[in-house]
Amino acid sequence: MMIQPPTLAGKQAVLEGLPDHPAINALESQSTGAWNPQAFTDARFDFGELTLTIAPTGIRAACSTVQKAGYNFFEDMTAVDWFPASPRFQLSYHILSHAFMERIRLRVMLDESDPVVDSIVPVWAGANYFEREVFDLFGIRFAGHPDLRRIMMPDDWQGHPLRKDYPVEGYR
Amino acid sequence: MSETPGSPVLELPATESTGERRMILNMGPQHPATHGVLRLIVELDGEVIVSVQPEVGYLHTGIEKTCEAKFYQQVVPLTDRINYLDPLSNNLCYCLAVEKLLALEIPERAQWIRVLLTELSRLNSHLIWLGTHAMDIGALTVFLYTFREREEILRLFEAVSGQRMMTSYFRIGGLAMELPLDWLDRVQAFINTFSEKIDEYSNLLTGNPIFMNRLKGVGYLSPEDAIALGVTGPPLRASGVDIDLRRDMPYSSYEKFQFKVPTSTVGDTWARYEVRLIEMRESTKIIQQALDGMPGGPVKADAPKIVLPDREKMKTEMEALIHHFKIVTEGFNVPAGEVYQGMECGHGQMGYYVVSDGTSKPYRVHMRYPSFATLQAVETMCKGRLIADLVAVIGSIDIVLGEIDR
Repeated sequence: MMIQPPTLAGKQAVLEGLPDHPAINALESQSTGAWNPQAFTDARFDFGELTLTIAPTGIRAACSTVQKAGYNFFEDMTAVDWFPASPRFQLSYHILSHAFMERIRLRVMLDESDPVVDSIVPVWAGANYFEREVFDLFGIRFAGHPDLRRIMMPDDWQGHPLRKDYPVEGYR
Repeated sequence: MSETPGSPVLELPATESTGERRMILNMGPQHPATHGVLRLIVELDGEVIVSVQPEVGYLHTGIEKTCEAKFYQQVVPLTDRINYLDPLSNNLCYCLAVEKLLALEIPERAQWIRVLLTELSRLNSHLIWLGTHAMDIGALTVFLYTFREREEILRLFEAVSGQRMMTSYFRIGGLAMELPLDWLDRVQAFINTFSEKIDEYSNLLTGNPIFMNRLKGVGYLSPEDAIALGVTGPPLRASGVDIDLRRDMPYSSYEKFQFKVPTSTVGDTWARYEVRLIEMRESTKIIQQALDGMPGGPVKADAPKIVLPDREKMKTEMEALIHHFKIVTEGFNVPAGEVYQGMECGHGQMGYYVVSDGTSKPYRVHMRYPSFATLQAVETMCKGRLIADLVAVIGSIDIVLGEIDR
């Protein structure tokens, strides 16, 4: 069996286990404009990957904060539907640092009733298609997105196929 | 147009945005230069492009949704169908992600064979790119040359996996089976002549004035724009950003191989052509190193509850038969958690995000494919340039619609 890096669960454990991590340091400090460190709610280090949970209102500011801290490349963004749990939706942003060659995951949990989150297209223009895909397949809306339309499914499609309450074989 | 190598970007007169002479041109989805079913809505002012709006989704088959209804091992054949020009990279990235969740140690020989086959797969992808890109520009001959070598690569794939394109040769925990006898000699024979073949393509194209005029100074992408738009792989390196996950975040024992990562600071379609051509030469070197240092040993991990037993064992040993039956009928449980595995495929950075809830079926599989992000950069590269340049730009970013739509 491969030797796994130890799991650090909870924000306190991660803060103690990874004391000099540039992304955590940036998110913990007060110095950057719109960012409020209160929005950094939880953290987990698992399978050698760092997950930082951000409050839904703070994701855009969190992205620009880690961007300034050297995590310059937006790699991927998608959603997970935890139906019927609450909060139902999880958004996962994978951000790569070309300077440290390390990846972090920013995680946002959203309620089912009104799944809206700030778009990060102002920070990384490359998030455009990824957010359109999540909007199309999960029905999560992105406030401030320049062109929020369906991307994969036809424009007149009913429903959001990647939601867990949408059957694999579709409605027919 | 300028003909000097490494010339600065062509400057066209700025377009007047009066809107009176605008024309909307629909290109695709069945246009031969769009490499699949890509539809581009191009707004033109005379011959000058004002905006390009890609419309994708014609090949959307819902693979991510299908994955949620399959056992972990049943997802492997689905991954081939996404980027069908680079099938083994897809297999590898998915297997690495699940192996990370399982904390499986892969035998060294399996890792080396994975590297060897992934590089052959990269050559396959680059050969198709070169042939079709040159054909789009009007150099038809190169297509016949590159497909001659691609045919040999497909025969090598067929020999190991029984399939020319949908290989599914990498499995969770190693490989499907040991290599056929004399297969490594066949790869050696292929590699021995392949460098000359690259020279042949280069002789046909690199000095060709039509090809040079169509590519040089066309489709400039600055490093800042490339990073902002999520461009990866050869287009990113051609814009001067020296990132290659094989070297910078090695996986599957890539850290044991010596190779150079070609970059260019010019950032036009010609630079992308040059970068890919050198990449093919470097891939050849990696394959040679893999052949020279190929370790012995098993090709499957020692994990009987995850890896299918040998056929012979299954028929003679009760224990192996039980494991076989269990894996095929019930799958195997994967510890709960989420992992993201990135790797460098022929087109750029691929990534598999696998979320497990502890059962035998993945809770969510998401694939990050390079073409999906790179397509966003087409407008930046084409704005204010001639409509004819659009074909060169689409060819140079090397898109596969299967991986955009999934």
